[in-house]
Amino acid sequence: MKITVCIGSSCHLKGARQVVEQLQWLINKNSLKDKVELGGAFCMGKCQQGVCVTVDGEIHSVSPESVTSFFESEIEPKA
Amino acid sequence: MRKFDTKVQELKYKVLRTVAEEAIAGRLTETLLDIPKMIIPGKTPTMRCCIYKERAILSERVRIAMGGDKKNPNVIQVIDIACDECPAAGYEVTSSCRGCLAHRCEAACRKGAIFFDNHSHVAHIDKSKCVECGMCSKVCPYSAIVVRTRPCQNACKPKAISIDPDNHALIDNSKCVSCGSCVYQCPFGAIMDKSFILNVIDMLKKSENGGPHVYAVVAPSISSQFSYAKLGQVVAGMKQMGFHTVVEAALGADMVALGESKELVEKGFLLSSCCPAFVDYAKKNFPEMAKHISGSLSPMGAIAKYIKSNDPSSKVVFIGPCTAKKVEVRKETVAPYVDEAMTFEELQALIDAYGIDLTSMENSPLDNASYYGRIFARCGGLSDAVAEALKEQNIEFALNGTACDGIEACKTALFKKSKNVPGADWNFIEGMACEGGCIGGPGCLTHGPKDRMQVDAYGREAMEKTIKDAVSLLK
Repeated sequence: MKITVCIGSSCHLKGARQVVEQLQWLINKNSLKDKVELGGAFCMGKCQQGVCVTVDGEIHSVSPESVTSFFESEIEPKA
Repeated sequence: MRKFDTKVQELKYKVLRTVAEEAIAGRLTETLLDIPKMIIPGKTPTMRCCIYKERAILSERVRIAMGGDKKNPNVIQVIDIACDECPAAGYEVTSSCRGCLAHRCEAACRKGAIFFDNHSHVAHIDKSKCVECGMCSKVCPYSAIVVRTRPCQNACKPKAISIDPDNHALIDNSKCVSCGSCVYQCPFGAIMDKSFILNVIDMLKKSENGGPHVYAVVAPSISSQFSYAKLGQVVAGMKQMGFHTVVEAALGADMVALGESKELVEKGFLLSSCCPAFVDYAKKNFPEMAKHISGSLSPMGAIAKYIKSNDPSSKVVFIGPCTAKKVEVRKETVAPYVDEAMTFEELQALIDAYGIDLTSMENSPLDNASYYGRIFARCGGLSDAVAEALKEQNIEFALNGTACDGIEACKTALFKKSKNVPGADWNFIEGMACEGGCIGGPGCLTHGPKDRMQVDAYGREAMEKTIKDAVSLLK
């Protein structure tokens, strides 16, 4: 599974770093390191919806507050 | 209002802008020969002896705006017919000499080069003895002794400029480091940096038609440019031109600060590798020191490599104040990551050629790097960042660095270090070819005393306060 977090300026200002850090922590905690590949991208063209995160190409809007629920619904069951 | 330091910059801008406009409209091949007339339409000369010479020079400028002389590997090129063949006689006694009794000039000259006319008693300089020290000029109470040197030769600290048999400036490519100092200093605009904006326009056109994304990597010195618009508006304007997004080279600088600090601890002595003109200068003049040059990519290279690792088909264009970057992007270690480099002057020309009014744009944010990455733009910033990187990584290392402001200072530091002169026990040499650092670069639109403060202010605006936090995003 490939997860890409937008780290462009707009998403960065909305908390992309916190999103990346929490995702890393959650992936490690759930021992999904072998199954999930985490990457970054500069701008996905949907700056209004940031922080933008794609899961196998499908785009989602995530915030530092909603990372855990996003992980539980979109990543954990599918990985 | 566009703001330029000199009329030469303004003329260069007009040429770049017109060439870009024609290329964007897809009619450059048809209108190419008309461009000089488009820029100077009337029959009255505006800056030279006649309109024909003006247009002949403009044709050469158009050629340089389109990539210049393909046979010359240097990006800095002399326009022979634009060179005013300035006097270069060195120290000369002028008619202001009153033939006084004091003869301070004679007393000041340690070489015995001053002699006097038996009739009028005025001073003369024996050129076979004169070493151009200038002492006679300093002591003359009538300021009667002046120095005639060419501004290009004065500007060229690596001493790469000589005078050819036709009296034109001649660049020795084996000495030139492409710093562009002569480009900015020649009052006749006879030395120019080749422009590759046509490559950039081509990439943007292809991207518009579904081709690869084009990323703009901008140098932090952009903070002191574009005085008439906000930085956010410039970023928005660049996106409107067709750049997929704009990324701070300063984030690459954060990466470099971490990398170079580790390398420094490992090797014990390091020369910085950020400034391509400094790297070139060190290699050409102190080959025995070359092995100490950091193996890190420059900030531009580092961030471009990261961009390409995530978007392999993409194109990356670097935009900064630097002419030497145009050489660096063609090096085989950098070429895979950066596709083209252009200056702020060229960016200004492109923004206007695309018909973008920056002052009416919404603000688009630009925030990727930390304070430390951003202050690389001014002299001393790199040293500060390396010190911070050591601290953040809890590495015990007694950093003893020197920040060299301009080629002359680089030369002094490299010389002292190579000879182990007492006091030169530095373990880190930050070399910046341009005075003040990148903010003094020849491709800047403005070179003001406030630039350094603006860079620091811009640094403080960064959301990330530490290098580690800024770089932690890059997974």
